[in-house]
Amino acid sequence: MIHVERLTKYYRDLCAVDQINFDVHKGEILGLLGPNGAGKTTTLRMLSGFLRPTSGSIRVKDYTVDQHALEIKRLLGYLPESAPLYHEMLVYDYLDFVANIRELYGEEKRARIRHVADLCGVNEVMHQPIGELSKGYKQRVGLAHAMMNDPEILVFDEPTSGLDPNQIVEIREIIRQIGKEKTVVLSTHILSEAEATCDRVVIINRGKIVADGSTETLKQSASGEYLVNISLQNARFESVKRELHSMDGIAGIVLTNMEQEEDGDILHVRLTCQSSEDLRGDIYRKIKQTDWVLLELQRETKTLENVFRELTRES
Amino acid sequence: MRQVRHIFKREFGVYFVSPIAYIVISIFLIVTGWFFFTTFFLYSQANVRNFFALLPITFSFVVPAVTMRLFSEELNIGSYETLLTMPVTFLDVALGKFLAAVVFVGAMLVPTLAYPITVSFLGQLDWGPVVGGYIGAMLLGAAFSAIGVFASSLTRNQIIAFIIGMAICFSLTLIDKMLFFLPQSMIGVLEYLGADFHFENISKGVIDSRDILYFLSVSFVGLYGAHLAMREKN
Repeated sequence: MIHVERLTKYYRDLCAVDQINFDVHKGEILGLLGPNGAGKTTTLRMLSGFLRPTSGSIRVKDYTVDQHALEIKRLLGYLPESAPLYHEMLVYDYLDFVANIRELYGEEKRARIRHVADLCGVNEVMHQPIGELSKGYKQRVGLAHAMMNDPEILVFDEPTSGLDPNQIVEIREIIRQIGKEKTVVLSTHILSEAEATCDRVVIINRGKIVADGSTETLKQSASGEYLVNISLQNARFESVKRELHSMDGIAGIVLTNMEQEEDGDILHVRLTCQSSEDLRGDIYRKIKQTDWVLLELQRETKTLENVFRELTRES
Repeated sequence: MRQVRHIFKREFGVYFVSPIAYIVISIFLIVTGWFFFTTFFLYSQANVRNFFALLPITFSFVVPAVTMRLFSEELNIGSYETLLTMPVTFLDVALGKFLAAVVFVGAMLVPTLAYPITVSFLGQLDWGPVVGGYIGAMLLGAAFSAIGVFASSLTRNQIIAFIIGMAICFSLTLIDKMLFFLPQSMIGVLEYLGADFHFENISKGVIDSRDILYFLSVSFVGLYGAHLAMREKN
């Protein structure tokens, strides 16, 4: 659906996006993730035809951005960050204006405006000036604006930034509704959002792509490392360290906490495992051979947050 | 090109939604009306030449005030991005905004028709220079609007856009009054650049293709400058 190749953008001497390649497939919700200033907005702006790339190509279906800018704009619905809309216009007038620009007329136009207003839930504010709306409603009007021409591809730049938790849930729900039929590209720096809404995630840092894949594969492939927390009673840390260190795949043993109890101290130990297999069984069998009491054994699943931090950490 | 119509409709409508239109029109009418009628009865001549003579100066202030928001406001709130990612080209946007400003200037001139009509009751009014004057006023308004659109595309601050636009329009108006400072050889060229010089010809009722060409080329240069300034931004 969208094919991006060696896309580069310089602002004067500053390189915002540096030779990135990615594809977006039909019907996919792609999340563009990255810290602030990583180049997410710049990438989306180039995708939407607002900025001209310094070099590289963007192909949408059979169109290229430099030759068929208008055709691509017809296929695309775009919502910039924080929905910059005309403050002085009424919501209905604005949607009418957008419908006119999108070349909808007469009954078709009225039906379409009704449809997007229902979908985005802006019916009750139709006759208020956009400038007086709350941020959540403004964002919804922005979504309605983007949906007006029933586009095949929707591009949202940080669609939930600055909203309260309820509004975030609502907007996400709308996006997921839209994503059932459309191809959606959205940027965010909220990881749980990417996890909740996106089929695939591309992580950008300093203008370069550092990871590309589904949230599941990203979590697994990050480094093949995971943590196991165990709590033991009736054991001394030195002996725990000696016993477990002899096992394959355990790279680190750290005492995280120690509780004083009458019938023996409780040790909380964190094991760093470097293995593609689950080592919990082996750890249990090892402990069974001793006279320690195993109170807890828990594997810590790696969150996307860890992956993100690992990939975008300042080196 | 169909998009020009929608952009024009929106921009023109916005003028009348906010109080800007009414304030600008009132100030324009008060200023021109006052200067025209305070001296009118002293001359005891049935013409409106004084009204048109003053027009380039008043337009230098009023037209940039009309055009200052056209691009600056969009740049400031960021709506330019939402607008330009719909299927429109810069030409559609610029022409729509420019035409909205020109038609607004026209709307501003409509109430001033009261002056020649009043004068025609008082004596024998020659309508030729009046018609020429209004044609010239529209051409002048168009040229200054294009300059205003250019000034507006330079900055996201409306006040700065107003001051830049006013400075350019004012210089074009006054340039032929300043010519005595300059050597003889440059006068011909600089005189041609003066908006006042060309406007005077038309408002006498002499419609010369050179004057029309002057206003059209100023309009073109202004809009092309806006195109370059906006392209530089992305």
